[in-house]
Amino acid sequence: MTPHATPVGGRLWTPSVQLLSGILGISLIVMLWRFVFGLGATTALNDGYPLGLWIAFDVVTGTALACGGYGVAILVYVLNKGRYHPMVRPALLTSALGYTLAAIGVNLDLGRWYLVWKVPLYFWHWNFNSALLEVALCIMAYMVVLWIELSPAFFEKFQDSPIGSLRRVSRAALPILEKASLWIIALGLLLPTMHQSSLGTLMLLAGARLHPLWNTPILPLLFLISCVSMGYAMVVFESAFSSIAFKRTPEIKMLAGLAGAMVPILYVFAALRFADLAWRGRLGLLFAGDGRSVLAALEFVLFLAPTVMLATRARRHDLGNLVRAAMVMMFAGALYRFDTYLVAFTPGAHWSYFPSVQEILVTLGLVSVELIAYILIVKTFPILAGHPAAAERQAV
Amino acid sequence: MGISRRAALQGMVLGGASVAGAATASAAERPEAPSDAVGLLYDTTLCIGCKTCVVACQDANGLPRDPAGIDAKYDAPVDLSAKTKNVIKLYVEGGKRSFVKVQCMHCVDPACTSACMLGALQKREHGIVSYDPALCVGCRYCEVACPYNVPRFEFAKATPKIVKCELCRTRLAEGREPACSEVCPRKAVIFGKRSDLLKEAKRRLAASPGKYVPKVFGETDGGGTQVLYLSHVPFEKLGFPTLGDESTPSLLRSIQHSVYRGFAAPAALYAVLGMVMLRNRRAGPGGEP
Repeated sequence: MTPHATPVGGRLWTPSVQLLSGILGISLIVMLWRFVFGLGATTALNDGYPLGLWIAFDVVTGTALACGGYGVAILVYVLNKGRYHPMVRPALLTSALGYTLAAIGVNLDLGRWYLVWKVPLYFWHWNFNSALLEVALCIMAYMVVLWIELSPAFFEKFQDSPIGSLRRVSRAALPILEKASLWIIALGLLLPTMHQSSLGTLMLLAGARLHPLWNTPILPLLFLISCVSMGYAMVVFESAFSSIAFKRTPEIKMLAGLAGAMVPILYVFAALRFADLAWRGRLGLLFAGDGRSVLAALEFVLFLAPTVMLATRARRHDLGNLVRAAMVMMFAGALYRFDTYLVAFTPGAHWSYFPSVQEILVTLGLVSVELIAYILIVKTFPILAGHPAAAERQAV
Repeated sequence: MGISRRAALQGMVLGGASVAGAATASAAERPEAPSDAVGLLYDTTLCIGCKTCVVACQDANGLPRDPAGIDAKYDAPVDLSAKTKNVIKLYVEGGKRSFVKVQCMHCVDPACTSACMLGALQKREHGIVSYDPALCVGCRYCEVACPYNVPRFEFAKATPKIVKCELCRTRLAEGREPACSEVCPRKAVIFGKRSDLLKEAKRRLAASPGKYVPKVFGETDGGGTQVLYLSHVPFEKLGFPTLGDESTPSLLRSIQHSVYRGFAAPAALYAVLGMVMLRNRRAGPGGEP
């Protein structure tokens, strides 16, 4: 698929990977603690705030940050901008890892995780009114689709493997995947469209308990748009990170083009959000001066700031500025999602929630796994395009 | 190429049409209570706060005592919890006071059952919102959905369940009434068919004008509930949410169903995407725009 992608190569057990493995180790102990003693013993969750950090960050924010594969696929395959093709594989890798980690996060959060296998298998019990069921099935399916989309990168490596069976399977699989690729990619576009919007629909069921600043029938649309902006931001960030960490020539022209495409998306999001508040007569709440109004206003600032940061051609070609803008954009989307899931949820004044140390450690552990897997995979398999700056020592 | 473009257009029209169906779908999907629906009628003017119903509920459901306070000796739950499916609360403000009984409202169109992925929470016999742990994965989305904050979760356990009033459905199957209404010495809470209870509530309202807030809570609130309330103090003072006549799930269904009915829109989108990509592949990569 990507002719110029090559493994980065280099040492695998680097100090960065060692540090991340340390964090992961601590996190694994906490996970074990959670499974043995339950959610009450390890989290700050309660009957007022039944959903917490693991859902709001690992799943709702994590999958949106993992929408780079979705965003780039729209660009390359639907809008036919072939020049972005080298970004497809790295984007797919972050997406596949992000969704896989989200799936693990869900299972940590589910109180009765040992029954989760029933969700995809007990189809005669499926409740089609449940937005959560749709999200669950779509995320499971999309995770599989992402790994299939990415699999040529692994098979390309394995087709020259010294292990005979692996070599044969790889050589057989590649042409099949090539033939089916179009319909797999189409599925990879359909599924995120469905579940990323449904992640918005999901919170609408809270009804009057969802604060009016966030409670709108267009919540699904806002969630869909924000996942695209976050996905693009992640691709830019990841690409810049790789070029710095692995000492590769940054694909600055491509990133600048992508950054240009992000600006209108941010405008559309902010305009829709503003128009919706005005339409529902809730603009006044933005200036109420309470914590929620400040956070909602901050969302607007964060969504619009990158449009200024990326306004001129020169700024879009400045790698440092691109990375900063991408970070702001990721933070904007993350805040919007956190707000919708945690801040906007008002179960009553006597309830409160702030994530426990254990919850934070588990989340850090999941992020660490993702980074470790990313580093190891790009070093071993043909994911990244571009040219290594030879003989220089890698930072990661 | 011309053909695939036309097909793509048709697909888009198809998708658009199913979204447009949204507005018309909602009215048809507002459910009513089943004809055999049973429930409770609670009257604040009759309740003396003896909490016999609280203890009876614990006994009938095999729940432990739920002591509170400084010495934690006495059964005194302050709220619904993983140990308490039914609780009496006291409201005091100035000279006004009222007890209020809190348990599952057994909504006519419950948000919790709408949330539940595999139907662990479901309206089963007599419209009772009942729980089947074999279908529950412990996602707690029902807790997010319930406007009354009724479902509770056994956070303290490694193999937790949802805990909520199921209107003593096992007792009903034995021909007995719920424990709370059976033991109430003042008949402040009575059990019966929802239609009969509604009639009785309206009879009381008509018989003593001025005694009650002129409203039966649950007749239409949030699409209606099978547990009905009469009160002499405003309902919002007792902790009841102000809900419209339409249930939140019915509003949501109009969004979800319009997009997903018959899976037409996703199928159409899939076809369109495939078509567009096929066309792009034939046209060759776009390169610089």
